[in-house]
Amino acid sequence: MRAFHYHRPASLAEAASLAARGEAKLLAGGQSLVQAMKLRLASPSDVVDLGGLRDLGGIKSDGKTLTIGAMTRHAEVADSAEVKKAIPALAALAGMIGDRQVRAMGTLGGSIANNDPAADYPAAVLGLNAVVHTNKGRHEADKFFKGLYETALAPGEIITSVAFQIPKRAAYMKFKNPASRFAIVGVFVADFGGGNVRVAVTGAGPCVFRQTDMEKALAAKFEPASVANVKVSPAGLNSDLHASAEYRAHLVTVMAKRAVEAALK
Amino acid sequence: MAVRVSMKVNGKPVSGEMEERTLLVTFIREHLRLTGTHVGCDTAQCGACTVIMNGRAVKSCSILAMQAEGADITTIEGVARPDGTLHPMQAAFKEHHGLQCGFCTPGMVMNAIDFASRNPNPTEQEIREALEGNLCRCTGYHNIVKSIAAGARAMAAAK
Amino acid sequence: MNAPLIGARIPRKEDYRFLTGAGQYTDDVTLPNQTYAAFVRSPHAHARIKGIRTDSARRAPGVLAVYTGEDVAAAKLGTLPCGWLITDVNGQPMKEPPYPVLAQGKVRFVGERVAVVIAETAAQARDAAELVEVDYEPLAAVTDASKARAPGAPVIHDIAPDNTCYVWALGDKAAVDAAFAKAAHVTRLEFVNNRLIPNALEPRAANGVYSRADDSYTLYVANQNPHVERLLMTAFVMGLPEHKVRVVAPDVGGGFGSKIYLYAEDVVVTWAAKQLNRPVKWTAERSESYLSDAHGRDHHTVAELALDRDGKFLAMRVKTTANLGAYLSTFASCIPTILYATLLAGQYTTPLIHCEVTAVFTNTAPVDAYRGAGRPEATYVVERLVETAARELKMDPAEIRRRNFITQFPYQTPVALVYDTGNYHATLEKAQKLADVAGYAARKKASEAKGKRRGIGYACYIEACGIAPSAVAGSLGARAGLFEAGEIRVHPTGTVTVFTGSHSHGQGHETTFAQVVADRLGIPIENVDIVHGDTSKILFGMGTYGSRSIAVGGTAIMKALDKVIAKGRKIAAHLLEASEADIEYDRGVYQVKGTDKKKTFGEVAFAAYVPHNYPLDKLEPGLNENAFYDPTNFTFPAGTYICEVEVDPETGKVTIDRWTAVDDFGKVINPMIVEGQVHGGLAQGIGQALTEVCRYDDNGQLLTGSFMDYCIPRADDLPSFQVDTCETPCTHNPLGVKGCGEAGAIGAPAALMNAITDALGVKDLPMPATPETVWKALRTH
Repeated sequence: MRAFHYHRPASLAEAASLAARGEAKLLAGGQSLVQAMKLRLASPSDVVDLGGLRDLGGIKSDGKTLTIGAMTRHAEVADSAEVKKAIPALAALAGMIGDRQVRAMGTLGGSIANNDPAADYPAAVLGLNAVVHTNKGRHEADKFFKGLYETALAPGEIITSVAFQIPKRAAYMKFKNPASRFAIVGVFVADFGGGNVRVAVTGAGPCVFRQTDMEKALAAKFEPASVANVKVSPAGLNSDLHASAEYRAHLVTVMAKRAVEAALK
Repeated sequence: MAVRVSMKVNGKPVSGEMEERTLLVTFIREHLRLTGTHVGCDTAQCGACTVIMNGRAVKSCSILAMQAEGADITTIEGVARPDGTLHPMQAAFKEHHGLQCGFCTPGMVMNAIDFASRNPNPTEQEIREALEGNLCRCTGYHNIVKSIAAGARAMAAAK
Repeated sequence: MNAPLIGARIPRKEDYRFLTGAGQYTDDVTLPNQTYAAFVRSPHAHARIKGIRTDSARRAPGVLAVYTGEDVAAAKLGTLPCGWLITDVNGQPMKEPPYPVLAQGKVRFVGERVAVVIAETAAQARDAAELVEVDYEPLAAVTDASKARAPGAPVIHDIAPDNTCYVWALGDKAAVDAAFAKAAHVTRLEFVNNRLIPNALEPRAANGVYSRADDSYTLYVANQNPHVERLLMTAFVMGLPEHKVRVVAPDVGGGFGSKIYLYAEDVVVTWAAKQLNRPVKWTAERSESYLSDAHGRDHHTVAELALDRDGKFLAMRVKTTANLGAYLSTFASCIPTILYATLLAGQYTTPLIHCEVTAVFTNTAPVDAYRGAGRPEATYVVERLVETAARELKMDPAEIRRRNFITQFPYQTPVALVYDTGNYHATLEKAQKLADVAGYAARKKASEAKGKRRGIGYACYIEACGIAPSAVAGSLGARAGLFEAGEIRVHPTGTVTVFTGSHSHGQGHETTFAQVVADRLGIPIENVDIVHGDTSKILFGMGTYGSRSIAVGGTAIMKALDKVIAKGRKIAAHLLEASEADIEYDRGVYQVKGTDKKKTFGEVAFAAYVPHNYPLDKLEPGLNENAFYDPTNFTFPAGTYICEVEVDPETGKVTIDRWTAVDDFGKVINPMIVEGQVHGGLAQGIGQALTEVCRYDDNGQLLTGSFMDYCIPRADDLPSFQVDTCETPCTHNPLGVKGCGEAGAIGAPAALMNAITDALGVKDLPMPATPETVWKALRTH
């Protein structure tokens, strides 16, 4: 790890002004950033630790939306009675991220701000049509994830919370990379009723995306058979050591089908 | 630049001066000379560095020491009783031959203690899943799984 | 011999320290005035070094020194030696290119050491290493062994213009070819035995110390054989007298072969310690381990089995290309030859075998022994061929094996070995029973009802362990002896410290060996401690690899115990005023035959150290004996593994549903420890077949350079194992033991691939059988 200046601001405003400096990076749980710094893949001039901010936690539901503070740890989401009641699929997803030690540190805000192409949370944010709240305003999920490790966040913009729409039913299915345990393909399916269905896919492409063919098919009839025959094109999907684009395309269909099955259970 | 960090480790207040980039595991191993916490990788996969921080098992290789300011930390050295009697989870690892070379063992035990404290009667599958963040190259996990099942029962019984 | 300690499940004596964080691994040793080394490693697989600029690195904070290849050449440090000379088919010695500790003019694999920076802290050394500027002229690289032999391939070493280290062969080719020509059936397979990265959980580490006071060195190093390390380093590389060098291998966090070798880093920190007159420590980061630890396997093989109509094996023909990497690691040359071709008879009476091995240099990390070392590759050849032949002949896979089992011992194979004993029918039968093979059909039906596929696979492996009779090894090219040494130090009160040249890095010698000693002497196991891993304490040793510790190291201890008991008998005879011939020793007591006159072991020991009433005219005081033991033959552990898998055809994911292992390790000292060794070996063998593979791209960049990309099995990838043993004692060592460390890794890949190919109904599938590999096979089938 290369040297850097460490800051632990006490207020959001202070954090924002520190984050706007030079090559500063925000540190939430650190489960991606510290790794990248250790391998010298990231070398920020300043590290702004959000661990001292009080107002970025909390989980609350109003029946329509479930709002989770940005610094909420994956383990808290996975264990939360509130989340399990409102969106059990979201609690299950949080319980599948990394491993239990990583889940004890990693945060919702950190995960979606990093926007790793194989991370789990982006699938939930997109699949649940969430709104990402920041110190500067709000972002619709559809406009938040811009590309490989890219989001709509401006420099110095800090995620404060994420408001998830509570669906009628939902499920997340993940086919894990056996080595890293990130998603080779993860599919989040959410049925909001009234033909409003969202299917978000992570791991398969350079950035989380919606599978609209499947959404249409499921809007017509929410059952596994609706997606089982939707062929996903491998064009533009990731192809690497762990899976070819063709295999990923196939897995999108399989995971989507299984997610629908699970959502119906 | 040197900074100062303070925390509680194994029940004792400790503090030290260090570079800002110091990892929690480096602070524990190099500054406190508690070398039972190990480093087996640089990508947060192996879990040999697992300690319990504020009541949850975490990977001390993926946390800056500064992030642990004011934290309450337990390392493998703080698990047995002061008279040297093994913690029920440690004793279970010994009884069921849950260790061979011993390198992954402290991390395994720390994660197992945290896991068992939340799951007093886990199934084999639950234990295997709970070990997702701990690699062992010696045991094939067979006896680790048995050890944790027995250790969890012993911990529950001791409550 | 059948006293209670042998065969008992005794919890390990070493566990307490490991469980409480009190283990002392190499990186845990931090000395006064400690300095830290960081290596500058080549980012190119093949390049000329046009220049190295070190000035900015030297000026960086905390930096004490920067050394390059020029410095070590000026200091006349030698190159890393290879311990085994292979003679090729034309009677010529193998090509032995120099392997410098810091690159000289050229780099030949990504990760090769180019320079070292030594600084006050590890972080400062790492920072400054980034400031060393190396001017490379990249050259074309080749990573695949077959491509490296093609005309026009980049030449890695001038002395081997065709990148070939040797072409070696074993067996009667003409006779084999004739048998194939007449055979009713020939089964043929062509496959790759995938390259693996060992990944002991403790990364390699070395801490070199120099003492000006007596011009001596100490090297703390994560190593499996400290005396061998010292011998190679002093005599072959540094030109130092051995008595001035102490090598300590303290607690070592797993080895699996990767810590047998003398590595460049070990030499550099030892040499640098003298230059700086301060201790120099280097601990590998995992990424460095991936790049620079010796890798394993990497064979490309064409294998054929000739059979008659009844499934009787007539002959076997094997042609293998082995990738040795860029340089010869310590034992690299003997792995794909001596430890491979000699095992191709397996458990069978195949009368004719021919094997040709071409060993090739490539721009990859050196390849050497990894758990099993040659024998997993051999077992894979034999057991995949046998299973495939059974399918082709529509025979039951167990039946075809039974028809060909060796049943008469000793048995001379056509590939040089003489099996002393074995009972292959027994292990197969027991395994079939435990695996409930009878219930397989019903389980298969149940899987199919769930939309899954199920397959079953066997492997009946054999290995040659207890390495090795020195004269035999020497005639085959070994440049070292392969005996073992042990010393029994009886203290005046009758407690015992045992010094062994074997090294424990997870195997539990501190318990197993103590059981042997306590059992033989008839004293409590608490009274026995085992010391290993320090050349200043142990008289000599060849270390631990090749499942040799109990068979060779244990026997050395037994021989020393015989001497202790014999001397004790003389002392007892004197004390009891009886003739030596009349003294019996049993369970800690010397007794005059037919009388109640006796002395305990403790009393005899005390007399030896307080020799007031003692035959000083005939006998030296003290009770301390040592022995060297050179085995008369290899040992031949063998067994049957049966594996059942379930395959999800939608995703290609393979789940191991049942695993049964029945091994014959001869006499078992501690079944709990032996089972643990089998579990661990199985996990590594399963890893090879299911999840692990080392991949380089065509430019020689390592693609699988971390746990993120190289998948060693996790707990949820593996089943619980059903493990049992049969006991056919080894005939040529006093304990009747054979060794158990590698069996699992040797037998598992073939059993698993046999099961997966059975489930899929395909002839062959490359390892590892990842979900995508399986899915593709299902799609095209």
